[in-house]
Amino acid sequence: MASSSESITSSEFIRHHLTNLTFGQHPDGSWSMAHDAAEAAQMGIMAVHVDSLFWSFVLGAGFLWLFRSVAIRVTSGEPGMLQNFCEWIVEFVDENVRGSFSGRNDMVAPMALTLFCWIFLMNLMDLVPVEVIPRLLALFGVHFQKVVPTTDPNITFGLALSVFVLMIYFSIRVKGPAGFAAELTMHPFEARSPALKVLFIPINFFLEFVSLISKPISHSLRLFGNMYAGEMIFILISLMFGTGVVLTLFGGVLQFVWAVFHILVITLQAFIFMVLTIVYMDMAHQHH
Amino acid sequence: MNLNLTLAFQVLFFIVFVWFSKKFVWTPIIGALNERKTRIADGLAAADKGHRAEQEGREQAEQLIVEARSRASEIIGKAEKHGAELVEEAKSSAKKEGERMITAAQAEIDSEVNRAKEALRKQVSELAVAGAQQILKREVDAVVHAQLLDDLAAKL
Repeated sequence: MASSSESITSSEFIRHHLTNLTFGQHPDGSWSMAHDAAEAAQMGIMAVHVDSLFWSFVLGAGFLWLFRSVAIRVTSGEPGMLQNFCEWIVEFVDENVRGSFSGRNDMVAPMALTLFCWIFLMNLMDLVPVEVIPRLLALFGVHFQKVVPTTDPNITFGLALSVFVLMIYFSIRVKGPAGFAAELTMHPFEARSPALKVLFIPINFFLEFVSLISKPISHSLRLFGNMYAGEMIFILISLMFGTGVVLTLFGGVLQFVWAVFHILVITLQAFIFMVLTIVYMDMAHQHH
Repeated sequence: MNLNLTLAFQVLFFIVFVWFSKKFVWTPIIGALNERKTRIADGLAAADKGHRAEQEGREQAEQLIVEARSRASEIIGKAEKHGAELVEEAKSSAKKEGERMITAAQAEIDSEVNRAKEALRKQVSELAVAGAQQILKREVDAVVHAQLLDDLAAKL
C-alpha cells in the first residue's frame, strides 16, 4: 500500500484505484471533472471516462500508426524486420478468418486485426505496475487514473455492441428481413402443420432472442471480467508493498508470477474476442 | 456497472479505427503478401522449367558427345587404315626401286667385269704371245708353235 498516504485504508486504496477519471454533467447542469467517486456516480449517463477513452484512443492509434508506417512502404520483395512482424500478425489473423469465416466480406479481416491488436495493447497496460502511472499523473494534479481500458465495461461493451450491430446489419443484408425474422422464429422447434408453426413462434422467438442478446453480453463481459479480475489481483498484491520487508518481497514475487501468468491471459482474451467476432460475422453470413 | 457516454465514444473510435485499418493498413499489406505469393509461385514454376530445360540440354549434349565420339573413332580408323596403306605402298615401291637399282648395278658390274676380263684376256694373250715370241726367237719356230699359241690364247 502507498506508504506516503498512510491515512487511507486498504478499502479506500482499492476504491481509489477502481475509480475512473470522469468528466461530466453535474446535477446542477455544469460540466467539469468529478472530484470523487460519489460525484462521478451522480453524473449518471452524461459522463465520460477520460482515462479509459484516452488510453483506448492512444493504444488504438498507436497500433494503426505502427501498421500504417509499414503499409506505406510495404514491399512484396524482401521484407524488413518491422514488416516481417506486421506480416506475421496479418497472416495470423488472415488464417483465422479463412478458417472460421466462410462468407464473402472483406471488412471482417481488417476488423479482426484491429480488434486483436487493439485489445491486446489495452490488455497489455495491465502489466504496467498499478501505481506507476497514477502516481506520476498525481504529481500533475490528476487524482484518478485507470490505465487499463478493458477493465472499463464501457470500453468492452462499446466494442461488443459495435460487433453486435454489424452482425445484425449483415444478417439482414445477407438473408433479408424475412430471412432474419425466420431465423429468430423458426428454430429450434420446427413443425410441418401451420397451426403448430404458429404455436412455436413465440417459444422459438423467446429462445432465439435470449441466445441472440446473450452474444454481446458474454462477448464483452468475458473480456471485462478477466481483465477486471486480473487488475484487482494486481491491486491486492500492491497492498503488500510498504507493509514490512518480508511482505514487500513476497508481494514482489507474487506480482512477478501473476504478471507472467497474465501475459497468457492478455493474449488469450484478445484472441478470444477476435475469434468470437469472426464467428458472429460468419453466423450473420450463413444461409439456412 | 456505470455505463455512460464513454461507450458511445468507444463505438466511434471503433468505427474510425476499423475503417482506417481496412483502407490504409489491411489492403496494402495483404496486397503485398498476395503479390509475393504469386511471385514465389512464378519463381518456382520458372525454376522447374529451367530444371527441365537443363535436363533436356544435358541429355542432348550427351547424345551429341556419343555421336561425336563414334564419328571420331570412325575417322581415326579410316586415317589409320589410309596411313597403313600409304606406308605399305611406299614400302613396296621403295623395294621395287631398290631391286631395280640393284639389278641395274649388278648388270653394270657384270658388263664391267666382262669388259675387264676381255681386256685382261687380250692383254694376257698379248703378253703371252710377246713372252712366247721372245722365247721362241731363240728356240722355237713361230710357225711350229703357232697352233699351240692359239690354243693357249683361247684357253685364257
